[in-house]
Amino acid sequence: MDEKLFDVIIIGSGPSGLTAAIYTTRANLKTLIVAGGRWGGQLMLTTLVENFPGFPEGIQGPDLMLAMRKQAEKFGTQIVEEDFVEGDFSKSPLVVKTGSNSYEGKTVIIATGADTKWLDAPGEKEKIGRGVSSCAPCDAPFFRNLDVIVVGGGDSAMEEATVLTKFAKAVNVVYRGETLRASQIMQERAKKNPKIKFIFNSEVTEILGEEKVAGVKIKNNKTNEESQMLVQGVFVAIGHIPNTTVFKGIDLDEHGFIKVYDHTKTNLDRVYVAGDVHDNTYKQAVTAAGFGTMAALDVEKFLREQE
Amino acid sequence: MSDIIFTDNNFEQEVLKSDTPVLVDFWAPWCAPCSIVTPIVEELAKEYEGKIKICKVNVDENPKAAQNFSVMSIPTVILFKAGKPGKTIIGAQSKDNYKKAIEELL
Repeated sequence: MDEKLFDVIIIGSGPSGLTAAIYTTRANLKTLIVAGGRWGGQLMLTTLVENFPGFPEGIQGPDLMLAMRKQAEKFGTQIVEEDFVEGDFSKSPLVVKTGSNSYEGKTVIIATGADTKWLDAPGEKEKIGRGVSSCAPCDAPFFRNLDVIVVGGGDSAMEEATVLTKFAKAVNVVYRGETLRASQIMQERAKKNPKIKFIFNSEVTEILGEEKVAGVKIKNNKTNEESQMLVQGVFVAIGHIPNTTVFKGIDLDEHGFIKVYDHTKTNLDRVYVAGDVHDNTYKQAVTAAGFGTMAALDVEKFLREQE
Repeated sequence: MSDIIFTDNNFEQEVLKSDTPVLVDFWAPWCAPCSIVTPIVEELAKEYEGKIKICKVNVDENPKAAQNFSVMSIPTVILFKAGKPGKTIIGAQSKDNYKKAIEELL
């Protein structure tokens, strides 16, 4: 038997990819996960996850991912920490290439998730890791007694702001909208925190500083008034963009998410999809895991019908 | 591995005055993505034994070393040659990426 031929190759190793693998391996399908160099997905950049069922005290995001990985491996999933480079989904079997290897699969599940959406403001890109960050749990301690802003108004912005207050002197949340869109419980937590202040109707138009962040330019989108703020840290939490650019010939919707046909299928035969890469609505760890399950069951059914 | 753990006190001697190139992994116990890098760096230390010094700096205990090289996000890996910082890799990466950086340096 061809060593590099798998029943299913899963691209991505977040909750959807790992859950899919738990199901496919338990169905006795030879399963490979192309996990990427940075495996585990967005939860690797979080702290306490309080809304994943089964953990009444909450669980650390990275711990949850490690547990999922162990569970997938327990049933025989092979995992390579290689980045997906390109696929040839017109061939049979399907071909999946990474930087260093080429694999063949009877089916593929795309579960590449989504990555941080950056502001795209001048001065931002070159200062990522030098004051610009998307991961407060990772970087907050470097901002001890410094002033920082968090950009965004959703749950992750509230979490970033709350984490930062343990170290930073002051945290200003800059949000382009009039009212926050975070869940009630997250909003209240942030609003109760004396170190957090809110600047509404405002957008960051430039990040200042040479080597490191020294400040930001902020524009009020109601009055068009521009102001400068001296801060040493900018934490970006304005959402995520689906990781689809590496795929050719896959239909996307108008927001750039993979278009789903008939529950879990893409427009290409034998290529399925799961998780945040196609989900612009729910974006939860537990829904991603659910989508992974759906794709796995559909793959299993498809392969059984081929026999 | 971990035989060389750098601190603010021996950083100059071990890194800046080192004859062989040095890879420094800035990390902290609270940093989840750092735990992905640690085993990779330990493997690399074995593979490149004698060719390059590979070591870790705990940024909580050694704030000076981190500050001097503008580390504001971890994990950060900096490669030093002849006492000068060269390539800086911010964020957890695949083993191949670190390997590539080492090969370029050697």
